[in-house]
Amino acid sequence: MNTPQQPSRAYLAAPIRKIGALAWFKDNLFNTWYNSLLTVLTLVGLWFIVPPFLKWAFIDSLWYSSAEACRDIEGACWSIVPNNIKFIILGFFPEGQEWRPILAMIMLLSLVFYSKERTRWNKRLGWFWAIGLIIMGSLMYGGLFGMPVVETAQWSGLPLTMMLSFFGMVAAYPLGVLLALGRRSKMPAIKTLCVVYIEMIRGVPLISLLFMSSILFPLFLPDGMTIDKVLRAQVAIILFTAAYIAEVVRGGLQAMPRGQYEAADSLGLNYRQTMRLIILPQALKIVIPPTVGILLSAFKDTSLVVIIALYDVLKTTKVTLSNPKWTGYSTEAYIFLAVLYFICCYAMSSYSRRLEKELHTGH
Amino acid sequence: MTDTQPKDTTESIIKITGMHKWYGDFHVLSDINLEVQHGERIVICGPSGSGKSTMIRCINRLEEHQQGQIIVNGTELTNDIKNIEKVRAEVGMVFQHFNLFPHLSIIENLTLGPIWVRKTPKKEAEELAMEYLEKVHIAEQAKKYPGQLSGGQQQRVAIARSLCMKPEVMLFDEPTSALDPEMIKEVLDVMIELAEEGMTMLVVTHEMGFAEKVADRVMFMDYGEIVEQNTPKEFFDNPQHDRTKLFLSQIL
Repeated sequence: MNTPQQPSRAYLAAPIRKIGALAWFKDNLFNTWYNSLLTVLTLVGLWFIVPPFLKWAFIDSLWYSSAEACRDIEGACWSIVPNNIKFIILGFFPEGQEWRPILAMIMLLSLVFYSKERTRWNKRLGWFWAIGLIIMGSLMYGGLFGMPVVETAQWSGLPLTMMLSFFGMVAAYPLGVLLALGRRSKMPAIKTLCVVYIEMIRGVPLISLLFMSSILFPLFLPDGMTIDKVLRAQVAIILFTAAYIAEVVRGGLQAMPRGQYEAADSLGLNYRQTMRLIILPQALKIVIPPTVGILLSAFKDTSLVVIIALYDVLKTTKVTLSNPKWTGYSTEAYIFLAVLYFICCYAMSSYSRRLEKELHTGH
Repeated sequence: MTDTQPKDTTESIIKITGMHKWYGDFHVLSDINLEVQHGERIVICGPSGSGKSTMIRCINRLEEHQQGQIIVNGTELTNDIKNIEKVRAEVGMVFQHFNLFPHLSIIENLTLGPIWVRKTPKKEAEELAMEYLEKVHIAEQAKKYPGQLSGGQQQRVAIARSLCMKPEVMLFDEPTSALDPEMIKEVLDVMIELAEEGMTMLVVTHEMGFAEKVADRVMFMDYGEIVEQNTPKEFFDNPQHDRTKLFLSQIL
């Protein structure tokens, strides 16, 4: 009953669009006098910026030299990175044990990479992660198989940044979803609790939360009891990020048409099934872009842990720069760091775009 | 409240007595009395805002009533009802705007209820789903997503989705009002087939041709009251109330 009949009329080809570089330039860059002016100004600006930068960064630069050799050149001294790479990346992890955090980071990255495909999101993946996390934890902390114990105070550099941000995001996301559901709950106690929590956390900067976790919180603990400093920072980051995720997810929940709830209700699905099968899959998909924004800033905000004397990768770079030998080369060191952060952030946002595309079902 | 009692086909499936409903201060339904027997087909019509949709939405408690009694399939709908899901599973509902789940394929839309509410094994649920898709003449679209279907096709899928729960009674809330004119017929045809198989149906619609063809009773509502009800022949040929006459003169 759905076979469309092909009517017998002439089907014209779509008009051919102008192509060719010249036509494109004329249409897009020089189509009016003010656009032409802007084009020329931009080109002049680029001429003054790009060649000198390339000269500095690539032509006059040194890549694998001593600090002394760098004194005599005009260009960039990238040598600061290879010469200090071990400290920048691994910080104070004990001599001779460096393979442990490196292996742990490789494991984490491979697990993340493996989890990319949605077809692999099943129970087995959960087990992979459980086992992986145990191995990573023992690699970092040690105390097993003759690996000496490395206290968390010595965890620093990139492994610390990766740990704080990865677990910050992974734990904050479900917590944020629960808070969002709680804020829309019909039960007044749960609703109030969630509103108070979200508004309180959003009302203070992350720095103050970190201070509280490192200075105030221990004062309330009974004598002799301590909670690990890294763990406290981790919890602060999770609690902070979750509040922001909650509000974004709430936006997604509010965007859901009432008909979806009603259709689920009329099939006899209960609240949990409705949320899990109907509402959350759609709502969370809608809010992928803002969620990724929050996750990215959570990732970058982990560098704030320097204020409670944790040495993340930004701080280890700073320490390197405080070495008189390398003091003058902060531009190079920070560019390296910026590239490192950029790669991680770009990977996240391009993955989120792919996910959005995959989840698009034509509505 | 006990669970749904063993079915007694002589007993009416829906019984509404003295039901009132308010939206805030607005008295939207007033003294509704309605008894529906197994296999009965009732068409409800009336001007917009007359409370007809609200009334059938009260039957599966998408809306709550404040006074009076609604008994569905032996279970009274009350404020402290624990097993509302159980009642709803027996009452199929088709909406004006289809309300298919856009993130699930057609077949997944259909198997969701049987798998999660009826605990049917997946394979069996899929066979059941295909059977009902067959019935609404749309089996070839099973793997597609709702967004890829026309309005008429979506509404037929929505009907099949409800049927997969094997409901005792089907509620239709203006099922053809959101459709382009050329798609209305394909949906009505499916509903007529359903009626011929003996399904208990309550249909809110302005399709008077459909009412004439399948209804046992046509009911006219205005200002939140049931103004009159009668067999289709009597209702159309010999309306009793002035409001009914006015309404019929406007739509026919």
